[in-house]
Amino acid sequence: MEADHPTSQVATFGSDQPLQLDCGIDLAPFQIAYQTYGELNAGKSNAILVCHALTGDQHVANVHPVTGKPGWWVTLVGPGKPLDTDKYFIICSNVIGGCMGSTGPASTNPATGTVWGLDFPVITIPDMVRAQAMLIDRLGIDTLFSVVGGSMGGMQVLQWCAAYPRRVFSALPIACSTRHSAQNIAFHELGRQAVMADPDWRDGRYVEQGTHPHRGLGVARMAAHITYLSDAALHRKFGRRMQDRELPTFSFDADFQVESYLRHQGSSFVERFDANSYLYLTRAMDYFDIAADHDGVLAAAFRGTRTRFCVVSFTSDWLFPTSESRATVHALNAGGARVSFAEIETDRGHDAFLLDVPEFFDIAHAFLESAGHSRGLTAAGELR
Amino acid sequence: MSVPQPTLPLDDSAPSRKRYRQKGRYRGDHLLLAEMIEPNSKVLDVGCGDGDLLQLLETRGVDGRGIELSREGVNHCVAKGLAVVQGDADTDLVNYPDDAFDYVILSQTLQATRQPKAVLENLLRIGSRAIVSFPNFGHWKMRLQLLVGGHMPRTENLPATWYDTPNIHFCTIKDFVQLCDEINVKMERSVALDLYGRPLRFNAPWWFWNMFGEQGVFLLSRVEKTK
Repeated sequence: MEADHPTSQVATFGSDQPLQLDCGIDLAPFQIAYQTYGELNAGKSNAILVCHALTGDQHVANVHPVTGKPGWWVTLVGPGKPLDTDKYFIICSNVIGGCMGSTGPASTNPATGTVWGLDFPVITIPDMVRAQAMLIDRLGIDTLFSVVGGSMGGMQVLQWCAAYPRRVFSALPIACSTRHSAQNIAFHELGRQAVMADPDWRDGRYVEQGTHPHRGLGVARMAAHITYLSDAALHRKFGRRMQDRELPTFSFDADFQVESYLRHQGSSFVERFDANSYLYLTRAMDYFDIAADHDGVLAAAFRGTRTRFCVVSFTSDWLFPTSESRATVHALNAGGARVSFAEIETDRGHDAFLLDVPEFFDIAHAFLESAGHSRGLTAAGELR
Repeated sequence: MSVPQPTLPLDDSAPSRKRYRQKGRYRGDHLLLAEMIEPNSKVLDVGCGDGDLLQLLETRGVDGRGIELSREGVNHCVAKGLAVVQGDADTDLVNYPDDAFDYVILSQTLQATRQPKAVLENLLRIGSRAIVSFPNFGHWKMRLQLLVGGHMPRTENLPATWYDTPNIHFCTIKDFVQLCDEINVKMERSVALDLYGRPLRFNAPWWFWNMFGEQGVFLLSRVEKTK
């Protein structure tokens, strides 16, 4: 089972190296599942950490072991791509609290021999980043050439820069924010309530009781998926077109293509994702607020940073709108950071960061190229 | 409003005209701006376009940042390794803290802002000095077109028609000097340039520059407030 024995490399940390969680608990032992692509150069100066989003995982650019589908960011990561695996050493780890091999609610609790479930401590974005830093230490890397991620991954990027400024040479936070908005918390609460309202959820003990809250989790995914798109994208893709029929059936079947699409999104998601993990990860995003950790002054989180930033947003993203990215940029500027910011024109909504958007690739490529030049990296990842 | 100064504090130390004739890598007016900036200072270029000026400044050890409205401009800048933020001078300057930069440059952009006065005030709040260049609407060609032709002026450098120009707040060198006076801004250096971005070298009274300067370039600083 992927949660305990992932199809990935695994770094294990014993009780001598606990993960100190924000909730006050020391998590030990624990493990981190991760994938790497490309080769680390002799100077260890070409490592890029990719941070995955809410329902992503470490399988960035390889075939997924559960779904058999291509990696979730093959558009961006690969030979000759902006995150060039011929040039950089790419690392992506499953977040703490996830369900693809890093310790989370779907993992076995060594104290009881059963699945953690809701006994797993509530984790935060800083906890995820703290675990990643321990992995990077384990890999013998001091400074990451870049930390890259979108959405929840972008939150981790910003947290890296706030918590470990000297270990991040450049940062590419995409379609994200330094704090989760009230609207976004509201959507997450809707999703969690859908999961917990499913009688098969069994107060989180569905594994022992042989059930799975697939209906609740499916509804949560359907609602969330709408927030990843845009009115224009939905209209272009589906309009009011019917699904395999000419006329309405006067029933509650999926008459419309958009209904059928959403149902498919829901049902395929539940096959690969743990319901409790969904509760924990959405909660981690809700709690995220970098300014709150710096007396409410966001700029203080980034004051004096030497990291080069490139902040990217998308015009039709209403989950993490451009205004959020601008607020991040203003704080970075106020902190004296070296920051670029680009808003990419697209009608594809929040999901645009995962899709084929050439203008976004151009920016990512140009930013990493110029940062790589400053870092002395060349095509082979060696010093020029 | 005070009476404009009888003469502009013209700068005799401007580099020789010969220099701007050379077809080098950089634009003549950019070289002039760059010479006004002390090495190793921190500079914000508002409306930085493709980043050519910032790139020139970075060769001189300047720590440069930019703001640019157009997405294409930002892309070009990021590709050059410059730190440029997509934004608008009218709305985004207020978000920068006081005294964040040694110099803030507004090159050929003032006339396209909605609130030139507020923008100018912000420049000198963010930076201890500001460098502003703009096309002079008092140039004789402009005057002639309006006087004789009876139509809104168009020139080689300002070819847009009145209905599609982004330049909504044209001013003359005289107007700008008056505004600086009004908002307590000190003019440290000023240079009038001809059509090709070369400084006018000969001595003349201020009305001459207002008539023959194709654009004006001003190095500004704050007048410390006395209570």
